[in-house]
Amino acid sequence: MSAPAAEGVFRSNLSARHRRGRVWRAVFLGSTAVALIALAALGGNILRDSVGLVAVQDAIDPGRLADRPLERLAPAELMAILQDHLSPAVFQRLDSEQPFAERSRRALHKLVIERVVEPQILASWPLDESLLERGRIEAEAARDYPRARLEFRAWVNTNFLSRPMSSDPMRAGIRTALLGSLWLIGITLVFAFPVGVASAVYLEEYASRSRLNRAIQTNIDNLAGVPSIIYGMLGLALFVRALGPLTSGAFLGLTDTNGRTILSGGLTMGLLVLPLIIINAQEAIRAVPSSLREAAYGLGATRWQTVWSHVLPQALPGILTGTILAMSRAIGETAPLIVVGASTFNPSDPTGPFSRFSALPIQIYNWASRPQAEFHNLAAAAIIVLLAALLGLNAAAILLRDRYSRGLRGT
Amino acid sequence: MTETLTTNLPRLATLASARTTAAAQAAEGLALQEGRLSAHNLQVYYGDFLAIRSVDLDIALRRITAIIGPSGCGKSTLLRAFNRMNDFIPTARVEGEIRFRGQNIYNPAVDPTALRRRIGMVFQKPNPFPKSIYENIAWGAHINGFRGNPDELVETCLRKAALWDEVKDKLDQSGLSLSGGQQQRLCLARALAVGPEVILMDEPCSALDPIATLKIEDLMRELAANYTIVIVTHNMQQAARVSDFTAMMMMDDQRAGSVIEFDETRTIFTRPRDRRTEDYVTGRFG
Repeated sequence: MSAPAAEGVFRSNLSARHRRGRVWRAVFLGSTAVALIALAALGGNILRDSVGLVAVQDAIDPGRLADRPLERLAPAELMAILQDHLSPAVFQRLDSEQPFAERSRRALHKLVIERVVEPQILASWPLDESLLERGRIEAEAARDYPRARLEFRAWVNTNFLSRPMSSDPMRAGIRTALLGSLWLIGITLVFAFPVGVASAVYLEEYASRSRLNRAIQTNIDNLAGVPSIIYGMLGLALFVRALGPLTSGAFLGLTDTNGRTILSGGLTMGLLVLPLIIINAQEAIRAVPSSLREAAYGLGATRWQTVWSHVLPQALPGILTGTILAMSRAIGETAPLIVVGASTFNPSDPTGPFSRFSALPIQIYNWASRPQAEFHNLAAAAIIVLLAALLGLNAAAILLRDRYSRGLRGT
Repeated sequence: MTETLTTNLPRLATLASARTTAAAQAAEGLALQEGRLSAHNLQVYYGDFLAIRSVDLDIALRRITAIIGPSGCGKSTLLRAFNRMNDFIPTARVEGEIRFRGQNIYNPAVDPTALRRRIGMVFQKPNPFPKSIYENIAWGAHINGFRGNPDELVETCLRKAALWDEVKDKLDQSGLSLSGGQQQRLCLARALAVGPEVILMDEPCSALDPIATLKIEDLMRELAANYTIVIVTHNMQQAARVSDFTAMMMMDDQRAGSVIEFDETRTIFTRPRDRRTEDYVTGRFG
């Protein structure tokens, strides 16, 4: 009736409401903190293993090879050292690969270090111990490895990136695995992007709302959640075995391979990410306002003209984002590659789609499962490279998308 | 004023009907080569729901016909039936005929793509393509196999839409960089570029301010010399200002819309025959 009477029906609970709000705010903040701590722990753990002190011991002390430091020796002197310390057979083979006379001084110096001085890593310590407990490590090293010297070593370095696989942690690199991964996502992209986008266009723009199409849609959504190992089994049965003559390159006359090639791996990955690409592309196409389609149809455009000139360009940033996310998944997948037959030890670079291959996650898995601590350092270094590749990929996608959508908005 | 109108009622009615007949006869002669638009016993369903019940409507050639009525009475559905835009709604179904150029446009032999070039459309919300002003106009012509000079076409259409002077120095800028009223005139120019005979307008000014609205209305009056225009509007003053004929639509108990009165705009607004029309146009309803 009157205002004071109406006032009575409201309980004065303002402070309780605000208190409840503050509690929830604290809960949300706490959740974010948990995520950040987990991320920091991951980063710290990787960093801890990828930089640190190592005890290095040379097979032959460089001081005994010459009276001056090796860096200052002339090519002829370096060649003489090589001739003295290598077996004649090895010397002959190296010479026939590339005559010593044609090699640069730097190359010869490198060869002397690798083949004659042969530094070996005897032990390694994680970063935190290296920084905080230097004295203890020095004592330990002096006691256990009296001939070794302590060095500070960053396991990610140019040698690591440019060298092939090796069983010696000092020389092991990830070039082979990195190239293998690049080949893999290249094949995955070439296969899955056009097929995925085309399917998405069909499902969104052409397919009617029939029972069959709804069933197809549901299945695609479910396929996106199928464990990757199952795609590996599919790839093994389909690409490696059934289509072996094609994926091994036998139909082109190649005889030195079987179906366990990069092509099989890439196609398997393609199947794995296909549902992701389709769903993301559908999402992007659905987000194109229908007013744009109506505008085109109203001018007498066919469905295809409308899709090609307006829907796809407008949806492209979203499609690209989804594709990059799918590629990030592909570059990190391990299980299907193991099933399809990626090599865990492969010192030769992939030369084409029919090569045997290794990949970054396989390499990491391999190193991490070895008992020696030095391989764990290598695994950490490889993880850093993998994460850098992922971040680079995502950054490229964001840049591409922003530039493109700015073009669409016309500013 | 009201008194004069009432006393002169019979005479005006005769005049109006005479003019309607004359216009209809003139239109009849052109109907074969130019194509007149008419609905015959048209019903539109969305699934089982009857949205429009038995509409008969003769759209006068090179005149402006307004469709008015309360929300949800099927005005837009009727308008979209004229160029088969309802085809894109999966559940929509049409019975009856819409005749254009001597043919039922719902005849399976008619390609709706070709039809929509001749019966263009301007939508409620300005929807230029997110492309340059130039491309906005040239694209429709291009996809329809236009073989003339696109530069000339762009200029002609922008002039017809009274937009040329405002945009001639920035044809390469995005259509979305224009103001709302300019965007709507761009959409009109875009529709003109494919050489339509009929232009359907679905509440073209509802998202515009009064000044932009006036510009569009002036434009419509000019275009009516060469084009047949059908406009759906909520704004009764607009219908009264611009249109030559007005169709009044209303829902029945089953929520199915139908045309309850169709006449010259003057008649609809001064001496409506139907009580409901009178209530609506005088603001006592809806």
